[in-house]
Amino acid sequence: MPRLPITKTPKVYVGGAFIRSESARVFPLKDASGEFFANIPQCTRKDLRNAVEAAAKAGPGWAKRTAYNRGQILYRLGEMIEARAGEMADAITLGGATPAAAAREVAATVDRLIYYAGWTDKYEQVLGNVNPVAAPYFNFTVTEPMGIIGVIAPDASPLLALISLIAPAITSGNTVVALASTTQPYPAIVLGEMLATSDLPGGVVNLLTGFRKEMISTFATHTHLRAISAVVNAEERKALALGAADSVKRTHLLKAEEKHDWFADTAQSVYAIRDTLEFKTTWHPVGA
Amino acid sequence: MPTLTAAKKSPRLAARSGRPAPELIFGDLWEFDPAPESADPKLKARYELFIDGKFVAPKGGKYFDSINPANEQKLAEIALAGPADVDAAYAAARRAYDGGWGKMPGRERAKYLYRIARLLQDRAREFAVAETLDGGKPIKESRDFDVPMAAAHFFYHAGWADKLDYVAPGRKVAPLGVVGQVIPWNFPLLMCAWKLAPALAMGNTVVLKPAETTSITALKLAEIFQDAGLPPGVVNFVTGAGEVGAAVMNHATPAKIAFTGSTEVGKIIMRGLAGTDKKMTMELGGKAANIVFDDAPLDQAVEGIVNGIFFNQGHVCCAGSRLLVQESVAGKVLAKLKNRIRTLRVGDPLDKNTDIGAINSREQLDKITALVAAGVKEGGGMFQSPCTLPTKGFYFRPTLFSGVSMSSTVAREEIFGPVLSILTFRTVDEAIEKANNTAYGLSAGVWTDKGSRILKMSTELKAGVVWANTYNKFDPTSPFGGYKESGFGREGGRQGLLDYCKLV
Repeated sequence: MPRLPITKTPKVYVGGAFIRSESARVFPLKDASGEFFANIPQCTRKDLRNAVEAAAKAGPGWAKRTAYNRGQILYRLGEMIEARAGEMADAITLGGATPAAAAREVAATVDRLIYYAGWTDKYEQVLGNVNPVAAPYFNFTVTEPMGIIGVIAPDASPLLALISLIAPAITSGNTVVALASTTQPYPAIVLGEMLATSDLPGGVVNLLTGFRKEMISTFATHTHLRAISAVVNAEERKALALGAADSVKRTHLLKAEEKHDWFADTAQSVYAIRDTLEFKTTWHPVGA
Repeated sequence: MPTLTAAKKSPRLAARSGRPAPELIFGDLWEFDPAPESADPKLKARYELFIDGKFVAPKGGKYFDSINPANEQKLAEIALAGPADVDAAYAAARRAYDGGWGKMPGRERAKYLYRIARLLQDRAREFAVAETLDGGKPIKESRDFDVPMAAAHFFYHAGWADKLDYVAPGRKVAPLGVVGQVIPWNFPLLMCAWKLAPALAMGNTVVLKPAETTSITALKLAEIFQDAGLPPGVVNFVTGAGEVGAAVMNHATPAKIAFTGSTEVGKIIMRGLAGTDKKMTMELGGKAANIVFDDAPLDQAVEGIVNGIFFNQGHVCCAGSRLLVQESVAGKVLAKLKNRIRTLRVGDPLDKNTDIGAINSREQLDKITALVAAGVKEGGGMFQSPCTLPTKGFYFRPTLFSGVSMSSTVAREEIFGPVLSILTFRTVDEAIEKANNTAYGLSAGVWTDKGSRILKMSTELKAGVVWANTYNKFDPTSPFGGYKESGFGREGGRQGLLDYCKLV
């Protein structure tokens, strides 16, 4: 008699722990052939608030890591995904991608992480500078992470797009609360398991699954989310921008109705890092 | 041989043992002869809108008065723009952009900006007097700060126009198109320069609304644009109050809007633009902490505190309005501050000896008065300079609140007037905690002799500008802008330019 396999219970990765939704709700995920695959946590606004709390706890420590250390940790995450590339590709094929396309997406995801791993100790030298003020002061502008960034990932390229939004934010020491694709949440579930073995401190990246319409208003108005990076439709863009006004939140909203080539070189940039940075300028007198 | 008893008779030791050292009190003890600045501001009786390179009457035919807040006398009539005028201004800006400003070689655009800087320097004194008459700021500030700094902004950004490949390493930049801008009344000409210079250097064209109480220097700047031969429509000024500002912000044409003003209005603008693709820059309010440690050179710190809060009557978004003093020196600092503010000369803004001029408007004076009343009601210890105020015009005494708690109104709300709230702290961590415990994050000051502490504070303070052992310093090369509810985007420097372009 063939052995009955042990199936995995998908859990979301929040605060360095694998949890179900506090609501105990799930939604069924089917594979490409329409068969039941697993139940996915249907996270709530409360889960989002809890994740923000976890991100807030992790934030100061992560931002204080040296740039070199953050770079090594991002590189380590690349190593973890590369080593389990087959498993991740399987998670992507669940949504209908061919094995070749899935493998290509995993490879591009790893490369994207390596790209940002290399930026951790360089972006400051590109984006900051000393300013030649016309008075006897030493004046310099440095960058700082904004804090906690809300990410809402699209359905297309569910892993690569998610990482392309998360990686530039954490490169500089931000922490992230991300909502994965609703139609293809499983790669994010597997990603959580790889994050957990990557040396990335718990709470730096928090991944939620569920429905946008249930969480978008909290993404918009949660005061502790200092910026939103999202791929969203017109209605969601308006809702996010309206809510963002309440706390003067920064928004970087890509249009879901437009096609984005996440594989392109233009989908990675030091200016994506800049989008979740603040600039701080310090004046100091020059004298004896 | 000197004995201990004899030494006690030395006046210096006597002062140390409790009796106050003699202080030089200026204040009203001595009459100063008036020293009015007498340069001709060359004001017109009536200022029209500036659209498509020409001064044009508003289509609605309405005008409003601009008064001198120092004596409440009418200075000039200013055109009130209506929606049709705003449409015309945007149409002109669109034509100017499509017609060549955006495509003009950077080195040529640069020359216009250089010309503007030079022509403004030529007429600096005239502009300074006009600025002081219209806004109430002391002539020494408009003469030595506002006008030269405005010229410097045009000169600095002029040089960028043909070097835009260096703004964003690795990428090419392109102008956004037409930009809509609304500026405040506290630094009317300077804010105009901050907004226009980077926008124009990058190749954008602009519709700008000055504040309704301080439109005159913008319209005088338009005269310079004509003299400089700036192509028509590159800059258009529409004047009026909030509804004109709303029309400028919410118009369909601009690709980007830039606003400097209160956080409250900034949020309204953000809501109005929700769902559009417009880019935004917001320079909003502040409630900056100015932090004095016990090892700071206290006399210098007191000068910095005074400059931090009383510069421009405290009408400064980055004003050091919350003084955080280390407990061990709090008494000493407060005593020195009380003495110092008694010597501040409050009065005729045109007088070259004036330190604190007129409050910009009756409305602002009422707001300051109400917030100070709330401070008194909440139990803050108030000290005001006993100086004599002019009988006409809008004035407010330099005011200190001591023993203020973090939750009190005067410690939380932006007063935008010459009112300083004084709080104390014991440890570095407490200072950081208190300084950051605000929705704002525009600026901060740190006073200490210890270099490593300055860098620690600068790292921990959630503010866009940190002044160490100085305060209220500005420069075109130095990016300015806030964290949190003080807004986003930067003005000045390479960082500021990037907010007026797109990456291609």
